[in-house]
Amino acid sequence: MSMNNQGRPTGVGTSGFSSTSGSSLLPNEPLLFEIGDTEHSGVDLPDVTITMDRLGGFERKTPLDLAGLTEPEAMRHYVRLSRLNHSIDSGMYPLGSCTMKHNPRLNEKMARLPGFSDIHPLQPVSTVQGALELMNELSHWLMTLTNTAAVALTPKAGAHGELLGMMAIKAAQTAAGQGHRTIVLVPESAHGTNPATAAFLGYSVKPIPARTDGTVDVQAVKDALSPEVAAIMLTNPNTCGLFEPQVIEIAEAVHAAGAFFYCDGANFNAIMGVVRPGDLGIDAMHINLHKTFSTPHGGGGPGAGPVVLSAALAPFAPVPFVRKGDNGLELVEHETGESLGRITAFQGQMGMYVRALTYMLSHGGDGLAQAAQDAVLNANYIKARLSHVFSVPFNDYPTMHEALFDDTFLAGTGVTTLDFAKALIDEGFHPMTMYFPLVVHGAMLIEPTESESKQTLDRFCDVMEELALDAKSGNSQRFTSAPMNAPRRRLDETRAARSPILKWERPVEAMKPAE
Amino acid sequence: MRYLPHSEAERAEMLGVIGAANIDALFSAVPAKALKTFDLGLPAHSPEFLVEAHLKALSAKNHAGADGPFFVGAGAYRHHVPATVDHLIQRSEWLTAYTPYQPEISQGTLQMLFEFQTQVAKLTGMDVANASLYDGSTGTAEAVLMARRLTKRNKIVLSGGLHPHYRDVVKAYLKDDADLECLSASPDGQGDILDHIDEHTAAIVIQTPDFYGHLRNMKAAADAAHAKGALLIVVITEVVSLGLLEAPGALGADIVVAEGQSIGNALNFGGPYLGLMATRKEFIRQMPGRLCGETVDAEGQRGFVLTLSTREQHIRREKATSNICTNSGLCALAFSIHMGLLGEAGFTRLARLNHAHACKLADALAAVPGVEVLNDTFFNEMTIRTSQPAAELIERLAARGILGGVPVSRLEPSDPSVANLIVLAATELTTDADISALCAALSEELA
Repeated sequence: MSMNNQGRPTGVGTSGFSSTSGSSLLPNEPLLFEIGDTEHSGVDLPDVTITMDRLGGFERKTPLDLAGLTEPEAMRHYVRLSRLNHSIDSGMYPLGSCTMKHNPRLNEKMARLPGFSDIHPLQPVSTVQGALELMNELSHWLMTLTNTAAVALTPKAGAHGELLGMMAIKAAQTAAGQGHRTIVLVPESAHGTNPATAAFLGYSVKPIPARTDGTVDVQAVKDALSPEVAAIMLTNPNTCGLFEPQVIEIAEAVHAAGAFFYCDGANFNAIMGVVRPGDLGIDAMHINLHKTFSTPHGGGGPGAGPVVLSAALAPFAPVPFVRKGDNGLELVEHETGESLGRITAFQGQMGMYVRALTYMLSHGGDGLAQAAQDAVLNANYIKARLSHVFSVPFNDYPTMHEALFDDTFLAGTGVTTLDFAKALIDEGFHPMTMYFPLVVHGAMLIEPTESESKQTLDRFCDVMEELALDAKSGNSQRFTSAPMNAPRRRLDETRAARSPILKWERPVEAMKPAE
Repeated sequence: MRYLPHSEAERAEMLGVIGAANIDALFSAVPAKALKTFDLGLPAHSPEFLVEAHLKALSAKNHAGADGPFFVGAGAYRHHVPATVDHLIQRSEWLTAYTPYQPEISQGTLQMLFEFQTQVAKLTGMDVANASLYDGSTGTAEAVLMARRLTKRNKIVLSGGLHPHYRDVVKAYLKDDADLECLSASPDGQGDILDHIDEHTAAIVIQTPDFYGHLRNMKAAADAAHAKGALLIVVITEVVSLGLLEAPGALGADIVVAEGQSIGNALNFGGPYLGLMATRKEFIRQMPGRLCGETVDAEGQRGFVLTLSTREQHIRREKATSNICTNSGLCALAFSIHMGLLGEAGFTRLARLNHAHACKLADALAAVPGVEVLNDTFFNEMTIRTSQPAAELIERLAARGILGGVPVSRLEPSDPSVANLIVLAATELTTDADISALCAALSEELA
């Protein structure tokens, strides 16, 4: 049984709502179920009479017990809740590997045009020629920016794209009588999705160590290659923020061994319009439209992860895809030849295609290259401004779009990377990515993106410097108790995991507090 | 360029602080033969009004749902979305927030997800729901893999009434898997799936209302599966049906997967949508995807966090339950707001209205010469057999400005027995005039 902060038992699952705290502008907000009830509704609909004779005896007998709100109540509930969130529109998000850039509102407006938002995925192809044209145009941009032979638009997110790319590799090798290849090489610095994806498809994962300069050990790759190796999954620029200087050599060695090169494109923002991954020898790479091409993160999705493919993998691309036909554009929806099949219902994330293409057309080829260069400039600027106070694990190469620090500078202060990051919250910044990549102790990975002005970067660096000096001066209290000024203090994650409460339960009548 | 804050002077100043002669110096790790050695040949940057004109021209080439009578369903449904929903989801704090990994400054998203999980659990009658998956089809593939982990068995049987795209996604996920049994299409609603359950079966997958609109007996399926130690996975593509039909959890379902698009989300030509997944509490640790849980902060205040992340890829890497790294957050928000506006009263009325319109549609179609309605049971969707091949007929209706449903042959091209079948849906947006227009056109075309 849980207790609310007056010490009263409140129900089976949930602690009580406290209306006594929170500031006047950031009031605590009760749960939807604590405000609404099953009678109220914010949608006017006629109450029609129906007969049950076509329901086969399967009509609902279990009460729904869903709370409803009238429109003014709903508006206030969701506006109040929204104010408890940090967002890119309200402040910088220096999250390494996440590319939190500005989300242009033109994108949103275009995605809501009825010819895109109000069309059904299975209406006749003759009635959606403009949508297919848009998909074609987006494909052209993606293939041009990467210098690749094909693109599969349908993956729903980056990890889904990884899955597709590796499925294509598996299909190609099976078709070539190379289905016995069961090992995938994954550098230790990789995103967690890489080994998870390989394992998902039944591959065994062989880690490749990083060199002391933060790049992949080319010799270790060559030593690990064998007739059993199906592919390498390599992130470039890598998760340490470095461009792999020997990426072409790695690609050549991988290909010579009969394996494929899967590139994790999470960091494409550093090089779009400046370097084409196809020129580096990649066979497949997903592109996170929600990172590089500014579709909104939306509090955790939806993403979109189209995958570009080399000529060797193009025949194995999934359905559906768009093709020019005699009567305009066609949608190829069924396995033809060697296609690996279908990885999602319908045509993928059309709403994200519209937003991404809008972003591309706004920037143009020149603007995309400028954006990549500004992203790299901003990261190097942060690194240059902070490296006299913070410890830099890798300094042999300029960084790309991310600045990576380790926790050496905090040694002996009693302040952890986590504490330090939480202190940033009190200064109005979202914390940087922490403890990733795993190859760096107490990592702090900072990705400013091209969207931040020099003024914002300077303020961020001033705050970072001031915090570092304060930590070194012994003021650990400021860090270990942070955040103080957020809607919540640090939350007890252990408690949440130990006895999970995953939904609201109606307080049991018998457990009502005695007044 | 309107999205890039730096002036040339600022860029030069920053390069000076860095100590780089020019921007190319920062790309010195890139092999020379790959750096800026090309002309992209892409258009240059463009003012907002020109981009808008280009996109509007593309949009105008499509026939939007509001342009005429509309009966297309088959896994995506055209419902009304209240103006409040689209206004709220465009608020900066919802739209442009990141995944709530920093709970102290993400309580809005987290509380919303907790409310969303509660709504989905109540709708499906299950103990717990996750914070959403990509969509119903990939959710079905994930449920199949989850059932294998739970039972340590391999055989999966897919009902002939499962959406063909969903079946195809499961097939692609389980490539070359001899333990996957896909039953042939069953447009008549009669399935013999119960005969295919044996002691090697991990799960059977049944959709209700099924692809052809028939309502399936979940209780019988659950009993038959459980008798052999197998799990029942229930798939729902039209979540509005749960306002009128019994919750799968009350009938013995072990995992419920649904496409949530119908609530709060536009058709969007197929995406983004949101997958709902709910299960029994003893199965939580094998459930893929994000979960939000309640806890307290350092001052004892109620708060919410992402939890049980030891199932997930960023912690477990190759030992994770799935490679999934995202949910469909903004779509889940739209779902939750719309469901919060409806409430039990509104949601029930919505479901009844859908069914009432579908009854009108079925009765009207049955009176058209050359049309046979195959359904004895349905919620808001049904299958008809026409006296002419369906694909051409649908094209001819489209030429008249009527989107008359989905020819089954579009999804099952290698099955000649479905060549004359059309799946049609009605929703609260379907009017009597729409139904009359459809039936009049069908009468003429089939005469």
